[in-house]
Amino acid sequence: MNFVDDSVELREVQKLEGHTDRVWGLAWNPATGSAGIPAVLASCSGDKTVRIWRQNPSNGPFQCTAVLEETHTRTVRSCAWSPSGKLLATASFDATTAIWEHSGGDFECVSTLEGHENEVKSVSWNASGSLLATCGRDKSVWIWEVLPGNEFECVSVLQGHTQDVKMVQWHPTVDVLFSCSYDNTVKVWAEDGDSDDWHCVQTLGESNNGHSSTVWALSFNATGDKMVTSSDDLTIKIWGADIIRMQSGGIFAPLPAIMIEQFFQSIGQVLTSKYDREGVIASGAADDAVRLFVESEESKIDGPTYKLLTRKEKAHDMDVNSVQWNSA
Amino acid sequence: MTLGLINANPVVHAKKERIARTDDLHCDDNVDPLDIYDILLFAIVVAFDLGVGCIHFVRDIRDPEHPYSLEQLSVLSEESITVDEKLGRILITFTPTIQHCSMATVIGLCLRVKLKDCFPPHFKVDIKVAPGSHADEESVNKQLNDKERVAAALENPNLRQLVDECLYSNEL
Repeated sequence: MNFVDDSVELREVQKLEGHTDRVWGLAWNPATGSAGIPAVLASCSGDKTVRIWRQNPSNGPFQCTAVLEETHTRTVRSCAWSPSGKLLATASFDATTAIWEHSGGDFECVSTLEGHENEVKSVSWNASGSLLATCGRDKSVWIWEVLPGNEFECVSVLQGHTQDVKMVQWHPTVDVLFSCSYDNTVKVWAEDGDSDDWHCVQTLGESNNGHSSTVWALSFNATGDKMVTSSDDLTIKIWGADIIRMQSGGIFAPLPAIMIEQFFQSIGQVLTSKYDREGVIASGAADDAVRLFVESEESKIDGPTYKLLTRKEKAHDMDVNSVQWNSA
Repeated sequence: MTLGLINANPVVHAKKERIARTDDLHCDDNVDPLDIYDILLFAIVVAFDLGVGCIHFVRDIRDPEHPYSLEQLSVLSEESITVDEKLGRILITFTPTIQHCSMATVIGLCLRVKLKDCFPPHFKVDIKVAPGSHADEESVNKQLNDKERVAAALENPNLRQLVDECLYSNEL
């Protein structure tokens, strides 16, 4: 992508209608969108359903090809495809996480993960698809092992956050789990080599340049050496990691966290942010706007700075709850 | 309206002369704080425990002879509401009757539901307790302004029923 002329603009290509309540989350099926396979998108909603949308034909408009209903009894808050694209996990306020398998255009719920005491807020698959993580208002993070025959076994229940956990996300290259919470922190969880026990290896809080209010979302760049977090404190922060140290059990070292709060003039909690393959960060906020940020070419002595590439005001009529890049 | 209370703590005000407003504001582009106030004024009905000085649900008080509006208990006043039309934001501050009022979050939820019913959705609403009026001010404010927590709370059938009772009990 060439940013030299700085005239980048976001243009709405299509509006997908069908849900009857707010749309909370989105996920692109990673096995689609290239090599002639039409892109497939899942969306989940307060209307208790998940909708599947497929581009038809490959360059054409998206159409709704399935509605996953009559399973969750409350809001579906988050959805995530397995790396193979064969399974879809959906996390719900009904305290369960459902696993769906599709054959052809039909989806079937093949497993239901229970255990959380109340609303499940997020679900994430690790890079190889061998592990699943969930989190919720009960302040816990659960790690599940994916077994043959669509069986799932809980291998760890992680306590440590002192409040509602909003999101979990596996690192893209190492099996290290990140979680962010209403307690204003991001926690990093890793397996102890000897005992196979999972525990918290780092907490990113206010004392190490962390957020001063609820952290809603986190996302990694493709190589996993940078992470972006977005918060109720109206900022997004970029963090740096030493991958080599992480692989050998070291910690995720934050960069002097770079705040971009000058771009948030109206009061809008940043609900979501995502890195694309080339390092462009998209954010969605409660001021109804979508913003794109990119690292500035001019390097500074104390570290990289980021600039606003473009802002789409009123991208939606209400809060932007989720942004997802199609990486195909 | 005289109330004949021996131990009025805090002071319960007589109802001012006001016109109850029930139409919604969906058509209005210009939002007048007083219009919002008129909507909220009679919308929420609570009972009041004179001994403790705290608000309760009407159903919790054995002899709810005097269900009160939030205005009578000085929980809301005309100054409670500010509208920033440029930013499309409404701020409601309410004053719980005692520092440790356990109903503070419920009152806040009732205000949210009532406003959502009457308002164009593009208006953002912030609801807070008046500064210094509650022992858990930060915690209450954080819950009331976390949209995910509010959505989940309103899906809880028990809580939803209580909110509906506060909102509609004056119609019973």
